[in-house]
Amino acid sequence: MPVRMRTALVPSATLPLAACAGRQSALDPQGLQSDQILRTFFIFLIVAAVVWIAVVIALCVGMLRQKRAADQPLALHRSFERTSGRIVFVLGLATLVIVLGLSIVSYAGQRTVFAKDENALTLKIIGHQWWWEVRYEDGSPDKNFVTANEIRIPTGQPVKVELESADVIHSFWVPSLTGKMDLITGQKNELQFTAKNAGTYRGQCAEFCGHQHAHMAFAVLALSPDEFDRWRDHENQGASSPTDPLGKQGEQLFRARGCALCHTIRGTLAGGQLGPDLTHVGSRTTVAAGTLPMSPATLAAWIADPQHIKPGNFMPRTPLQSDELIAILHYLEQLK
Amino acid sequence: MSMVAEQRELRDDALNGLQLSTRLENIWRTPSGFFGALASVDHKVVGRRYIVTAFAFLLLGGLLAVLMRVQLAGPENTFLSADKYNQIFTMHGSTMMFLFAVPVMEAFAVYLVPLMVGTRNIAFPRLNAFSYWMFLFGGCFLWISFMLNVGPDVGWFAYVPLSSLQYTPTKRPDVWAQMITFTEVAALAVAVEIVVTVFKQRAPGMTLDRIPLFVWAMLVTSFLVMFAMPSIMVASTSLILDRLVNTRFYDSSSGGHPLLWQHLFWFFGHPEVYIIFIPGTGMVSAILATFTRRPVVGYPVVILSLIATGFLSFGLWVHHMFVTGLPQLGAGLFTASSMLIAVPSGLQIFCWLATLWDGRPVYRTPLLFVIGFIVIFVIGGLSGVMVASVPIDTQVHDTYFVVAHFHYVLIGGAVFPLIGAVYYWFPKIAGRMLSERLGLWHFWLAFVGFNVAFFPMHILGLIGMPRRVYTYTADMDWAHLNLLSSAGAAIFALSFALLLVNVIYSLRSGALAGDNPWDASTLEWATTSPPPPQNFDRIPIVKHRDPLWFHNESLPVVAGLSVERREVLLTSLAEAEPQIREASPDPSIWPLLTAIATTVFFIGSIFTPWAVLWGTPPMAVALIGWFWPTGSKEDEE
Amino acid sequence: MRQTIVRNVAELPTYGYGPRSGPWWGAMGFMALEGMGFAIAIGAYLYLYAVNPNWPIGAAPPDLWPGTAETIVYLLSIIPNEMTNRVAHRQDLAKVRIGLIVMSLIGIALLVLRGFEFAHLNTRWDNSAYGSIVWLILGLHTTHLATDVGDTVVLAVLMFTRHAKPRRFSDVTDNVFYWNFVVLAWLPLYVLLDWVPRL
Repeated sequence: MPVRMRTALVPSATLPLAACAGRQSALDPQGLQSDQILRTFFIFLIVAAVVWIAVVIALCVGMLRQKRAADQPLALHRSFERTSGRIVFVLGLATLVIVLGLSIVSYAGQRTVFAKDENALTLKIIGHQWWWEVRYEDGSPDKNFVTANEIRIPTGQPVKVELESADVIHSFWVPSLTGKMDLITGQKNELQFTAKNAGTYRGQCAEFCGHQHAHMAFAVLALSPDEFDRWRDHENQGASSPTDPLGKQGEQLFRARGCALCHTIRGTLAGGQLGPDLTHVGSRTTVAAGTLPMSPATLAAWIADPQHIKPGNFMPRTPLQSDELIAILHYLEQLK
Repeated sequence: MSMVAEQRELRDDALNGLQLSTRLENIWRTPSGFFGALASVDHKVVGRRYIVTAFAFLLLGGLLAVLMRVQLAGPENTFLSADKYNQIFTMHGSTMMFLFAVPVMEAFAVYLVPLMVGTRNIAFPRLNAFSYWMFLFGGCFLWISFMLNVGPDVGWFAYVPLSSLQYTPTKRPDVWAQMITFTEVAALAVAVEIVVTVFKQRAPGMTLDRIPLFVWAMLVTSFLVMFAMPSIMVASTSLILDRLVNTRFYDSSSGGHPLLWQHLFWFFGHPEVYIIFIPGTGMVSAILATFTRRPVVGYPVVILSLIATGFLSFGLWVHHMFVTGLPQLGAGLFTASSMLIAVPSGLQIFCWLATLWDGRPVYRTPLLFVIGFIVIFVIGGLSGVMVASVPIDTQVHDTYFVVAHFHYVLIGGAVFPLIGAVYYWFPKIAGRMLSERLGLWHFWLAFVGFNVAFFPMHILGLIGMPRRVYTYTADMDWAHLNLLSSAGAAIFALSFALLLVNVIYSLRSGALAGDNPWDASTLEWATTSPPPPQNFDRIPIVKHRDPLWFHNESLPVVAGLSVERREVLLTSLAEAEPQIREASPDPSIWPLLTAIATTVFFIGSIFTPWAVLWGTPPMAVALIGWFWPTGSKEDEE
Repeated sequence: MRQTIVRNVAELPTYGYGPRSGPWWGAMGFMALEGMGFAIAIGAYLYLYAVNPNWPIGAAPPDLWPGTAETIVYLLSIIPNEMTNRVAHRQDLAKVRIGLIVMSLIGIALLVLRGFEFAHLNTRWDNSAYGSIVWLILGLHTTHLATDVGDTVVLAVLMFTRHAKPRRFSDVTDNVFYWNFVVLAWLPLYVLLDWVPRL
């Protein structure tokens, strides 16, 4: 069944989604795993629909049927009792057969979805209240780097994400690519998926993780393998030093105003470990873990008052003069 | 000895008619006045209080649901803050599960089971009174805490480590955990009472295969309560200990494990669903028989299905944990065991459909709700089969699809039958009929409102909307369906307002009910509406599964019980042969005092472990006061 | 509805023993749910045992002597307990009094031994998950022990008052029944707490 026909079932899913958000729908599969899950789902849906319609028809017929003439509750017909007993038995048996059949369908789907590929690209994702730390730890150590709230992957290649939590339980979910998997404190989980098509897919934390659970999203950018390699080589490098005076002032203020206590910008003196790595923040598509699309205005709003945009999150409001804010903003924007 | 007693004591074989009723009423009635009311141990008084209180919590929980639907009606809504929303969805779930659904089912059982098995009071009436007070105090504790902004905000499942001291350093999770202790004590007490009432206090001749289906359902439910709730007690106690005295049950850095919590919680949590649903099926069977004018088809099949459901319900908790990284084969097996429960549920549905096929349906409000139940519940059951599948669950778990699913199961499977039961048994409890006209409106508003509110949630879940989010961004395309859902919720809420109007109106000016307004077949209809304090002047003898249809002329009864003191007839477990004329306790204030002492102990112990030390003596004193013989006649044989 | 008296139950007794009586079934119900509580606690212990590579965590296994001594006393207590049961059925007030006093003393002795057992667990509740679950299980059983001892003492006192009427003998047999449950529940816990860490 072509993708378009399937999604046509749900009008809102067919709308062209805003580029910044990316797609986030189990009915719009763009990965091998989400595709398989949707196939399993449709088998279940068809069976369920048939059963429900049959029950409702039986109910209606039962209500409209020619009834017994007199109100004699205990005058039961032996033949009806016997026949109905048999029919109930047969239907029970049919139910058993259906659920066993569906169990097998389900298990077959499960095997495909959870199949493992040893050569998968590996990255580690660590959940934090309320953002995502992404570590590329594949290959030689000099190719490892850390980023946040955005994952880029090559299309057509299996990706393995190792899931851990730094605090409470979160759940990693990119419905357009595959089903979810929890990030559990003190336990290592993993999930594999393959993006079929290039595109931006939105993911979101699916396990209630406290105050700002609603604003713990991320983007998965599936790129062609060449593009991915280019991005990766670039990302692996530290931040380039600003050349203009405003940028230089911004870099200096980033440290002076305490931003660097929490945030790392590789290649500079900023090495804080509490918040997201900002080395290439200017190239990301969203601000504040998928809360806002990336733009100078939204980034400025976020820096100026993070507690207004995402109340209760752990980034404090830092008093800044407006020229200071402009400098820091300018600096961060050019961290592409 | 018994000779002496006989000479001394007046028996009901020496009296008749009004004389007998009056004497029995005098010894069984609840003492008058405020303190008399507090000392009542009458199962009908306690049951009525239980029902009204549970419905009050339904109203409160429903208001919270409306607040959530207002918040979610549009994107980026600021009607509720994240902090309030998180408290509200936690309070909604906790209230509906622990303060409404389970208690209301047990409440109906407390009121109806003794009447339906033909006895004068529930077994352990003082424990029953105690149970109600514990429920009331636990519920008030939760809601007063919420009013004081100490309402729990970690979900009705309170997953660790979010609910641990480190990540939630307020008292909010303690309030949640201790509310659990209150309500579980209450629920466990009622469960034991129901089991003993059904086992030992059935009217003579009510053999196991003559027990009404509703009573069977409550018996199975009570066993589920007894075997499921200890798990949550262990879990909530260990959570409080982790938070109060630094135990390490859930601390993964000291050998504890967060998944231990999930196992304990869901080992309780899944049977919990059936603790709510099975009484609903009992109500359906009772209503269906009366309004299709024939016994339910396949009585033994229905009972075996209930028992099978009960057993199976303990073998599928893991399907709540499919995305926690469990071994794949194990998860697959839990898929099969979860789906298997469709077989007994299906068998019951088929029996009900067959009943409808052969019956002469009388379309009064209770039957409408039962038909609505079938239509809605089957959808919930089938979406349950979907979420039982591991691959499908990885997509829909913790999304609005699951929210839709379990509301179809719980509202469709339990609340619709429950509302049917309200219309069905209200005449018995209040002595007056509810308005059929308003009932018809109520049904259609509820049916349409429910589906409009909850069906779109299936789609919302599939297009990516997770649960428990206090808002969502405008570019997510969830706004239209959410608005639709909120509109449906408003209609659904309105339908409950109609019920409230109907109840208030009918209590004053409803048509008088008479003993048996629906011409039903079970024993609760053999006495007046509302029943007198002694329930029956003489205990009926049961010779048929549908006694009132079988004996439509004259009811066989038993004589020889005291009319000077409270006495119930104990009968044998299987054959219901009379064995003992057992004394039944008089009203007592001690259950209330014990409940107060226990409340002080429970609330104290979320603040200091020393509460165990200073909280125990008052409880011990109250319990001794409770059980110490009063020197009255029945105590002194 | 008209009624026809078809049976008279005036000759039935007003109390009974065992499964004939209501309270016996009540006790049975509470034992079932408390037994479930123990089973769940044991399950939690085994879960933690399974997920931890080292067990016991950072502690020596409990010293054997207090638990073993308790086990012996528990097993021996079944004899006076059963004797109390018999004399209660025979409604022999003098002997029931002796039986209840003996059972109270045994209970108090066990509570003292239990104190030693806590002291010899070799771990604190806040050391590790191991310490927590051990203290929880022992605490859970101790509440049952203490409750039954309290009940036995109150019954013993009651039997010396004017309330010592025949129907109280039924209460005594229910108390005997519950004591057997306390003993029975202890045996798997003894193996779990004292021997599993030595595996």
